[in-house]
Amino acid sequence: MQAEQLEILDFLHRHPPFCDLPEETLGWISQNIEISYFKAGTQILQFGEEVDALHIIRSGAVEVFRRNGDLHNRLSEGGIFGEFGLLRNRRVRFPAKALEDSLVYLIPETIFNELFENHELFADFVEIEDHTRLRHAVSRKEDANELMTSKVETLIAREPVTVNIQATVQEAAILMSEESVSSVLVVNERTGDPAKQASASGYLAGIVTDVDIRKRLVAAGLSYTTPVSEIMTRNLASIEHHQFVFEASLAMLRKNIHHLPVLKKGHPIGMIALSDIIRYESQNSLFVVSSIFHQYTVEDLKALGDDVKACFSRMVNEDANSHMIGSAMSIIGRSFKQRLLELAEVELGPPPVPYCFLALGSMAREEQLIVTDQDNALILDNRFDPDRHDGYFKALAKFVSDGLAECGYTYCKGEIMATNVKWRQPLHVWEDYFTEWIENPTPEFLLNSSIFFDLDGVWGKTDWAAQLRELIVREAKKSPRFLTCMARNALRRTPPLGFFKNFVMEKDGRHSNSFNIKRRGTAPLADLIRVHSLACGSTARNTFDRLQDIIDADILPHGHGQDIRDALEFIAMVRIRHQALDLEANRTPDNNVEPENLSDFERKTLKDAFQILSNAQKFVRFRYQSQRSR
Amino acid sequence: MLYLRKKNAFNGTPYSKSSPPDWAARFKKLAAQAKDPRLQSFYNAGTVDGDTPISKVPLVAMDFETTGLDPESNGIVSIGLVPMDLNRIRCSGAQHWILKPREELSSESIVIHGITHSEVARAPDIIRILDELLKALAGKVVVVHHRGIERPFLNAELLNRIGEGCEFPVIDTMELEARVYRSKPRGIVDRLLGRHPTSIRLADSRARYNLPFYSPHHALTDALASAELLQAQIADRYSPDTPIKELWK
Repeated sequence: MQAEQLEILDFLHRHPPFCDLPEETLGWISQNIEISYFKAGTQILQFGEEVDALHIIRSGAVEVFRRNGDLHNRLSEGGIFGEFGLLRNRRVRFPAKALEDSLVYLIPETIFNELFENHELFADFVEIEDHTRLRHAVSRKEDANELMTSKVETLIAREPVTVNIQATVQEAAILMSEESVSSVLVVNERTGDPAKQASASGYLAGIVTDVDIRKRLVAAGLSYTTPVSEIMTRNLASIEHHQFVFEASLAMLRKNIHHLPVLKKGHPIGMIALSDIIRYESQNSLFVVSSIFHQYTVEDLKALGDDVKACFSRMVNEDANSHMIGSAMSIIGRSFKQRLLELAEVELGPPPVPYCFLALGSMAREEQLIVTDQDNALILDNRFDPDRHDGYFKALAKFVSDGLAECGYTYCKGEIMATNVKWRQPLHVWEDYFTEWIENPTPEFLLNSSIFFDLDGVWGKTDWAAQLRELIVREAKKSPRFLTCMARNALRRTPPLGFFKNFVMEKDGRHSNSFNIKRRGTAPLADLIRVHSLACGSTARNTFDRLQDIIDADILPHGHGQDIRDALEFIAMVRIRHQALDLEANRTPDNNVEPENLSDFERKTLKDAFQILSNAQKFVRFRYQSQRSR
Repeated sequence: MLYLRKKNAFNGTPYSKSSPPDWAARFKKLAAQAKDPRLQSFYNAGTVDGDTPISKVPLVAMDFETTGLDPESNGIVSIGLVPMDLNRIRCSGAQHWILKPREELSSESIVIHGITHSEVARAPDIIRILDELLKALAGKVVVVHHRGIERPFLNAELLNRIGEGCEFPVIDTMELEARVYRSKPRGIVDRLLGRHPTSIRLADSRARYNLPFYSPHHALTDALASAELLQAQIADRYSPDTPIKELWK
């Protein structure tokens, strides 16, 4: 008597490609399945060994590798592997390793072969190269949306377990036992802003794990009443609640961690695990970033250029929005910088004093696209002595700058690069720069320097970048003259007035064949939003995030904020699609859009969007000029 | 398997570390004593030597649904079994029987395992499948979750029908959990604070190893669930070389 395996049958019903098979076939498969359990870290398939079954993950997570050891894919419940080997000479082509404790169902080879012979959909599913399969999967709209637009906060299952920083280790251990958790977040409530409602959770200060208690308390012979602050791990990676799921996976990948606290305005609101996000992953930016960190020479990094372009095109095809594409490209750009700095430190030795490598402009705003130049700078430790140390940092800057140029990030024409001694200075000099710019602004200087007000640390002492941002926010609010100068610059570039079938109508009545959508669209929008954000003391770097802070601060007339957001998104997407089309046609992507290449709908909507930009500029003129007269 | 209600649940006394019998020798003796030819051939198939590493031992996971907890008065409603070894659980060899128990099904037990009067009415008596059952178990070590059910019930059913019982070694996945979570008596502090001991029931134990949730109370599914649990336990804290005598009872 063949016995019916209800749980296995039910599982097959829920997962492709099995869910498309006839009922009696599923029954037959379920009665012939074999099962195996793999503890996390166990090798499941070894390259070249014999493979005798199709592997289906029932629970847990598995990493599949290329022959050279590079990560090829990560799979979770319902994921299949081993099919390549079964289809080609029964030898493992892609080794696999359990990332978590995993239960695997195995379809024996004879059953697999029969399914392959008799069921076309099944054959297609297992035969087609898996990146094509991913495209198939994401072309189903709901999947595409989920993959590309889910925010981290949707993954939070429960409140985090937290203790106050003054708690003793014993108190933490009791709480951990009660909550059955192996780690507890340490929060600091003293720094709370009294204006805001006091949060029960406080600000994240660190984490204490079972291992910390064992290694740093018990083994070190410390008292149980030692404060948690003495044994906790500080400076942990975390993610903001509104960030995208794919950003969380990038953070985990880059830092090689499996858990990530989720913060909302500095307070921990939950914890997400690698297994939570694994099902959202696809083979795009994640794998580009992964391969960047596996390259050992500038030559090899340069070779990844095509992958970056492919990733950009894929995101456009998958209907990602401009924020996501901008973030992904920025993370890729940052990764190139970080890897180049790692390589530079290998070549030049460790730095003589600490430093922070800065990204400026679009990368700092997380709005980088495929056409971009490098804008960067170096903050050095205040102990920096030019005679003794500058030789090192000059070489470091040159290595990175040349490397970036090799990888397609052209040199900055305005010389805003760490290779320029002016932008390779100790922290106190940078503080003086910003104070001077804000207190004694000249429009001429600020014209070419708005880029410095979008800054982000990418390597080294990145908190110095945060310090500078705080200085900017603190000082800018107090200086109407500075805001006026910034406002005047934000008005220098205006949108075209209208579009006809094949030309652009300028304000003075001239016709042009094309217009620069960055200079006439996204850049002036970013400029005017920066002015408002400086005025309202926002510390956000991304233009959309700044806009939200501006709306919250009630600076704009009612409803205008949402209009500006829509206009920015639309203009940015026209620009992105334009570049994607250039890539597809094997042209060098640029920012020059010809109206004849736009659809009627795009022309009409662009005109509306530019009208909103024009009105927003009028409002900036009104608001910040009147401030000057006060 | 039978799901114990709370008052009957495992009471938390520590498992003794009494050494298991020498099963290979015991089987030789039993083979000589047995009168029923089915039992004779079962014992003659023998069992592995106690020093055999677990990775080399043929296993079969087995689960009974019963009408109650007492082997003397209650009966077996269904039997599920799945052959396995340390590397693979093989569903192709799985078997499932619904049986006519010695006593009427109570409506309470119908609620638990979902087997109805009409199914039971058509079901055979255990004696009619005994040959098949013993063949499936012959030469293998049986895997159960909570050894208080399967072995005593089969023994009692056989005593009742053919006048001789049966014995065989089992690996009890619940006992393997108890070795970790019941290794010492619950401390007075825990009892004063009303802290519950870690559950070693099948579903809770499985969850600790990231095994999926399976609906309980189906003999075959429960047998499968115990089979997977054993693989996970061995992977977690034993090794393929662990001798079977350290695991069986």
